[in-house]
Amino acid sequence: MELLRRLAWVRNLGLVTVVLIVWEFFSGYVFPRTNPSFVTLMPPPTAVAVAAFELIVSGELAMQAWASLEREMVAFAAAAVTAIPLGMAMGWWRSVYNQLMPLTEVLRPMPPLAWIPLGILWFGVGNTENEFIIFLAVFFPVLINTIAGIRSVDVKMIRAARSLGANEAAVLFRVAWNAALPQIFTGLRVGFGIGWMALVAAEITGARTGLGFLMWDSRNFLRTDIIITCMITIGILGLAFDQVLQLIMRLLLPWWREAR
Amino acid sequence: MAKLVVDHVNKVFRLARERTELVALKDISFTVEDGQFYSVLGHSGCGKTTLLNMIAAHEKPTSGSLTIDGKPIVSPDWTKTIVFQEHALFPWYSVYRNVTFGLEMKRLPKSEIKEIAARYIDLVGLRGFEDRYPGELSGGMRQRVSLARSLAVQPLILLMDEPLAALDAQTRMFMQDELERIWERDRKTVVMVTHSIDEAVKLSDVILLLSPRPGRVREVFQIDLPRPRKETDPRFLEIKEQIRDLIFADFVESVS
Repeated sequence: MELLRRLAWVRNLGLVTVVLIVWEFFSGYVFPRTNPSFVTLMPPPTAVAVAAFELIVSGELAMQAWASLEREMVAFAAAAVTAIPLGMAMGWWRSVYNQLMPLTEVLRPMPPLAWIPLGILWFGVGNTENEFIIFLAVFFPVLINTIAGIRSVDVKMIRAARSLGANEAAVLFRVAWNAALPQIFTGLRVGFGIGWMALVAAEITGARTGLGFLMWDSRNFLRTDIIITCMITIGILGLAFDQVLQLIMRLLLPWWREAR
Repeated sequence: MAKLVVDHVNKVFRLARERTELVALKDISFTVEDGQFYSVLGHSGCGKTTLLNMIAAHEKPTSGSLTIDGKPIVSPDWTKTIVFQEHALFPWYSVYRNVTFGLEMKRLPKSEIKEIAARYIDLVGLRGFEDRYPGELSGGMRQRVSLARSLAVQPLILLMDEPLAALDAQTRMFMQDELERIWERDRKTVVMVTHSIDEAVKLSDVILLLSPRPGRVREVFQIDLPRPRKETDPRFLEIKEQIRDLIFADFVESVS
């Protein structure tokens, strides 16, 4: 009984299974008899699974996925270490906020992809250009959330800290920072997601490796099975990384769930 | 020794939008003697929290002076700590680290911090809860942590802004007894702001009644009932009635 209860979540895969069966039925059974070109455009799940298996065994998928992940991580880390301190300064000091806000307000709504032409001219095709685009995608959500987190710190908590003898630095780093952390994490999660989306576009236009490149390259050979494999991999990796971030958040902020 | 003198204090807020001025407190003068439990009583909007914030140096008076032992109050520090109505604990720190926060700010040696924290956690009856987060505690327990955190830094004056107002009636009555017990053990100069006549009469040596809009000193009551005080004591009831009648008369006057 215990085992059954633990496996209860399997029920939630019902609809997914139905979709896969219908897809297999049309792409694997109906189209080959009515319109074979459709099969090339939309190969059945079994064919995608075979392609995925080949890519995994040859190590190609892991290599390309790693190239993408590496770019994402480098850009993500760079964006975090710049956006968080800047956001804290903007959230804490009114004058810093006033000076930088007009600039950020103009830059923020620009899609990261709008930077691709300049990026390619500045950095050429390759890692740096890709990382630049992803950096821009991650940077603003982290910045905006850090500012909002710092600014929404309860004034009563700041007063409590001051009347317990805390100086300016202690109020900023022990009160405001901790109070803002949950929202900073939200910014990191949103930023990672947007960065991951920008990554594919960046790799399609300016890379010789990575999942985005592999997809685009496969298009030239009508290898839709590889394209779909890449799409699924991108989805799964994005989900996995978000789970990791949530896990880190739970470990670092054990108080957060209780406080809500 | 910690004697608080509030001398002819006025507080005027400038309302930028309406281009008018709001006189929150008018010509407030009173003295709190060392070791006294002093209550400021009045209903919401009479400026009592503003008064407390000025003693804590979170706000500045428009004119007049506030001094502790003759020294003017300039900036917030541990010599006058506040216990807030909504406790204002740091939710990311455990009970223990909330209590040690002020001690760390004072840069005391580790062993001393440990010893003081243990003493005050004991005093408020929270031994065994050191590792809990505020979010895991009940309202009454949080307010105890807040009290321990403020007492631990050994302030010259303990300020309390309606410390029990957010609690349910039962917890509140229990906490009044607790507050009395703790204060008798750790005799501090206390200034408490409240709108509850019961609470003020139960706990205070002196009650300052503020009348609203603008806040002025209406009356000062010396409460010399023996402690611990019983709410059913005829003299307790008598004082209560006296204060209530005065508030009521003011209210009728302000409406008519």
